Amino acid sequence: MTETFAPVTRFAVPGRIEVSNRAAAEWQTATLTEVRRETPHASTFRFAVPAWQGHLPGQHLMLRLTAEDGYTAQRHYSIASPPEDSGHIELTLDHVEGGEVSGWFHKVARAGDAVEVRGPLSGFFAWPGDRPALLIGAGSGVVPLMSMVRHHRARGLSVPLRLLVSARSPDELIYARELGAETTRVFTRSAPQGVPVGRMAAAHVAPLLAAPPEGGWEAYVCGSNAFAEHASRLLVEAGQPVDRIRIERFG
Amino acid sequence: MNVTRGFTGRPRVLDTGLPPGQYDAGDDWPVLSAEVTPELSPADWTFRVDGLVDQPRTWDWDEAHALPASAYEGDIHCVTSWSKFGVRFAGVSLDAFLNVVRPHGSATHAVAYSHTGYTTNLPLADLTGGRAWIAWEYDGKPLPAEHGGPARLLVPHLYFWKSAKWVAGLTLLDHDEPGFWEQNGYHARGNPWEEQRYSGD
Ligand SMILES: Cc1cc2nc3c(=O)[nH]c(=O)nc-3n(C[C@H](O)[C@H](O)[C@H](O)COP(=O)(O)OP(=O)(O)OC[C@H]3O[C@@H](n4cnc5c(N)ncnc54)[C@H](O)[C@@H]3O)c2cc1C
Repeated sequence: MTETFAPVTRFAVPGRIEVSNRAAAEWQTATLTEVRRETPHASTFRFAVPAWQGHLPGQHLMLRLTAEDGYTAQRHYSIASPPEDSGHIELTLDHVEGGEVSGWFHKVARAGDAVEVRGPLSGFFAWPGDRPALLIGAGSGVVPLMSMVRHHRARGLSVPLRLLVSARSPDELIYARELGAETTRVFTRSAPQGVPVGRMAAAHVAPLLAAPPEGGWEAYVCGSNAFAEHASRLLVEAGQPVDRIRIERFG
Repeated sequence: MNVTRGFTGRPRVLDTGLPPGQYDAGDDWPVLSAEVTPELSPADWTFRVDGLVDQPRTWDWDEAHALPASAYEGDIHCVTSWSKFGVRFAGVSLDAFLNVVRPHGSATHAVAYSHTGYTTNLPLADLTGGRAWIAWEYDGKPLPAEHGGPARLLVPHLYFWKSAKWVAGLTLLDHDEPGFWEQNGYHARGNPWEEQRYSGD
């Protein structure tokens, strides 16, 4: 006799996003075409990936570097570019002190270099542009959220979208020039004159949840684990349902 | 082989005990869950085993702690590429729970689920024979909530997404049924030594 399993609980698997398993299983060559500095510690790396099958904003990929003796290092990186940028992907990497992979990117990589990628991966954190989206990120956690913002703009979507970003200071804010009226900025160490300095707090989140769009927000939280814990708790305290909070933790 | 220009990587130590594609996270224990960490107290925690068994049963915290204690000391491996050596967990072997419910001969797989609704599938053979635990202590202290406390499943020979945090139960089945990450493109079994990361590996 076969029983079908039905979970007892509230945390729903979205199920609405298809992930191509074949694409996720195959390594492809990505050729670096451009490096753009974003902040003193982060740069964007643009790649040509001609056979890239596309992705949904919010997805990540696996990247692999190979040394001459066959040693490999692989890491996950969120995709910063929107799906509209077809045949290309952009990643934005923080320079982690002593980091094996981010260190190579920041110190060695130049246009023309080839690396390997597989993906896109994980449909869970993806946003197809269908529901109102409340995006909360800190540091490089803004990367997958920027793909969503760019997608929203490229498509001229009218579905509500708001972005809350936290950075140490204005010059550490990734994509600063691109952020617009949809964005609330929070600075934890230093801020422009007249702007308060401090952690993201209930006061930043509450107004957005006090006036949610029809059908409510789908919330996406991304950053370090400490930030993800803090921000997701603020959301729950402000009344956001737990089953409509998606979290991507960079470790 | 696609050598990356100018990439040498860290100095290599031969036979490190690391599965292919993994690195040693040292003292770090990254947290990788897609959910809000639940506030679940031991008093609210329960663990159920049902499906293809003679005697479905639910244990509460004290009942589970009355089963014979069993510890794991060894390594753990996360699909995101980090491994952690020589970690110590304490709890109860899953065999102790299964002995009570008596699985049917037709049971081949299980779905583990958490108090939050997270699911992951496992062949039953990966859960028996002293290879899986319900763990509530890490390094001699209560398991922290962000790592699955008060209690999580522990299946250290598979990638760690199989070790469901905040575990609430197991349903035994006569077929394989993909769980949360498996429906999102991850491998059905997840053996780190064979690098079974994504579906198709
Ligand atoms: C889903 C996901 C998405 C992500 N997206 C992004 C993104 O968009 N942008 C981004 O910047 N990051 C992202 N990350 C993080 C990224 O995957 C890497 O963890 C990060 O780039 C660091 O890798 P690394 O190789 O540079 O550093 P690692 O070599 O892994 O080192 C990390 C830290 O550990 C120390 N360390 C580890 N091992 C050793 C050793 N043997 N010797 C000395 N020191 C050591 C290093 O000094 C450093 O402080 C993401 C992570 C996940 C899981």
